[in-house]
Amino acid sequence: MYEVMKNKADEVFLQVKGLRTHFYTDEGVVKAVDGADFQVRRGKTLCIVGESGCGKSITARSILQLLTRIGKIVEGQILLQRDSGEVLDLAELKPQSKVMQSIRGKEISMIFQEPMSSLSPVHTIGNQIMEAIQLHFDVKKKEAKKRAIDILQKVGIPKAETRLGSYVFELSGGMRQRAMIAMALSCQPRLLIADEPTTALDVTTQANILDLIRELQKDMEMTIIFITHDLGVVAEIADEVVVMYLGKAVESGDVDTIFHDPKHPYTRELLQSIPKLGSIERGRLQPIPGMVPHPFARPKGCDFHPRCESFLKGTCDQIEPSAIRLSENSHVRCLLYGGKEKE
Amino acid sequence: MSVETMSQVLSNQNGVNTKNLLELKNLKMHFPITKGVFRREVGQVKAVDDVSFSIKDGETLALVGESGCGKSTLGRCIIRINDSTSGKINYREQNDTIVDLASLDSKNLRPYRQAIRLIFQDPYHSLNPRMTVFQIIGEPLRRNNITSGSEFEDRCVELLRNVGLRPEYLRRYPHAFSGGERQRIGIARALALNPRIIIADEAVSALDVSVQAQILNLLQDLQEQFNLTYLFITHDLSVVDYLSDRVAVMYVGKLVEMGTRAEIFMKPKHPYTEALLSAVPKTDPRQRNKGARIRLTGDVADPASPPKGCYFHPRCPYVQDQCKEEEPEFQDTGHGHRVACHFADELKLKGVEVI
Repeated sequence: MYEVMKNKADEVFLQVKGLRTHFYTDEGVVKAVDGADFQVRRGKTLCIVGESGCGKSITARSILQLLTRIGKIVEGQILLQRDSGEVLDLAELKPQSKVMQSIRGKEISMIFQEPMSSLSPVHTIGNQIMEAIQLHFDVKKKEAKKRAIDILQKVGIPKAETRLGSYVFELSGGMRQRAMIAMALSCQPRLLIADEPTTALDVTTQANILDLIRELQKDMEMTIIFITHDLGVVAEIADEVVVMYLGKAVESGDVDTIFHDPKHPYTRELLQSIPKLGSIERGRLQPIPGMVPHPFARPKGCDFHPRCESFLKGTCDQIEPSAIRLSENSHVRCLLYGGKEKE
Repeated sequence: MSVETMSQVLSNQNGVNTKNLLELKNLKMHFPITKGVFRREVGQVKAVDDVSFSIKDGETLALVGESGCGKSTLGRCIIRINDSTSGKINYREQNDTIVDLASLDSKNLRPYRQAIRLIFQDPYHSLNPRMTVFQIIGEPLRRNNITSGSEFEDRCVELLRNVGLRPEYLRRYPHAFSGGERQRIGIARALALNPRIIIADEAVSALDVSVQAQILNLLQDLQEQFNLTYLFITHDLSVVDYLSDRVAVMYVGKLVEMGTRAEIFMKPKHPYTEALLSAVPKTDPRQRNKGARIRLTGDVADPASPPKGCYFHPRCPYVQDQCKEEEPEFQDTGHGHRVACHFADELKLKGVEVI
């Protein structure tokens, strides 16, 4: 199987087209994701960056259809290239359907931010991993246990056999996250979605977990979607980057372009606002003025215009920019790069 | 502004400070571990163990370390949320008399509580949802009988302006604000009593990057405006690099290195500091895989049963036999750069490259 995969390197593995996920709350419709377009190539790492509330987590959850009852995918396609060669649109599947359940955890699996709250406190680590294995493979308990031990060793948990019987509270933060990763990888997924997996960890542990994810990716030829708000982590791990703002993918491109030649004013200002190590003088940062608007009070025109330094009066506050394709795998959603005549 | 305070401000700007505002001497905070019906004491968690350092007037001291190293407990000891087991917290009053805050009872401590204030980490949990902004900011003023009547409201409005919020917001409840705005309210509350020292415990960790920059700039502006002294407790080294004058690195309840920002970042002398610096993600994809990485294995030692010798030795890449037996002393290696490592002078450790 791996042979085939290697030939397929560079092939698009998952493509999200015009995704819109809305939440129907009592107060009104929250457009959590309102136009996300991106693609991930096989064996590569895509980072989705943005501030809290920009819809990056909901985008990931939409892919796995892990939305609450009030959340619905209202538009768009999520095209998954399966090993059999067929292309499946995940957005069309029902969340409870057999196909979706067979994909969840097996072809696509997910790591969550808080291992303490996303692992069961009343089951042992081993129990939880073995459950996933037995759900997706027709194996006996003994074989499942063997696989669970293997995967725990692989993620660097010492004395894996005894750790199998530990509960979550008995492990340290870094070990918990490793157990979580082990669980996600137990069925050898093709795509791993990591939702802020290192945000709750110390820098030293974070560095170790990032190394681990990178190694496992190489080992298992995995495709990764990595969600984070930390641009430092993006610079360390990403091949390609999608920047989201208020539910829209405002810019995408390869990591070098995003960091050294950002197109969208939001990306530029975001990069300027982060404190960097190695400055000689104690200095001032350049923050983005204002704050993310409330989801019920979206500005007219471009969502970013009230905070934008390149704001054009009469244009940005009137016309909603559409996605402008710059190359095969990059786009920008800004009126500075055209699209003014559209409306 | 009097001539004296003027000259003080000027000297601060030049970075030349003479007076210690706060001096910790052998501060210890040991929490007992109890067992059984009679709550027999079976051990101690040495959260803060023999820490001594001083904070100069008008400077920003950053206290860094991994979670569980005791940095928050240290901050809480200084404002006496936790009563320290032993040690001194010497505070210099405006008229230069020195008071040991650790020895005062709660009645005598009250005037000093006004001088040292705390900004909390999580703006979502540190503001009472049932109180309006007016009540939140006004509470310290009312409790200490500082002002009353119309003057009271004027003071609250002024405080809101200081932190960059509009006075119209005074009657709103915290739920109407975003994370960054809430943190501003928390800062306004801390400023209400004209403090001299502000302890910021991970004050920007819960905020988004763009908002984080706004709050960091605000803290710097306020420092200049009110001549504040900051003790900045954080695990985020890039924030430390940006705003601190001096840095103290803590590991399992003890200080392992302390020095000026430039010394710590460019020329670290403790292997732990080096490892911490090396673990910070570089914000440039072109720097990826460049330079040697130091990865710490294992976890922070358990403060209830720390290892023998140097606490860091089980994780230290440069460990020698001596480290396993003898505990290193926290000693000055010149220019006030203090290190607790047997081989501080011999090791060639790598700092951060200047960008």
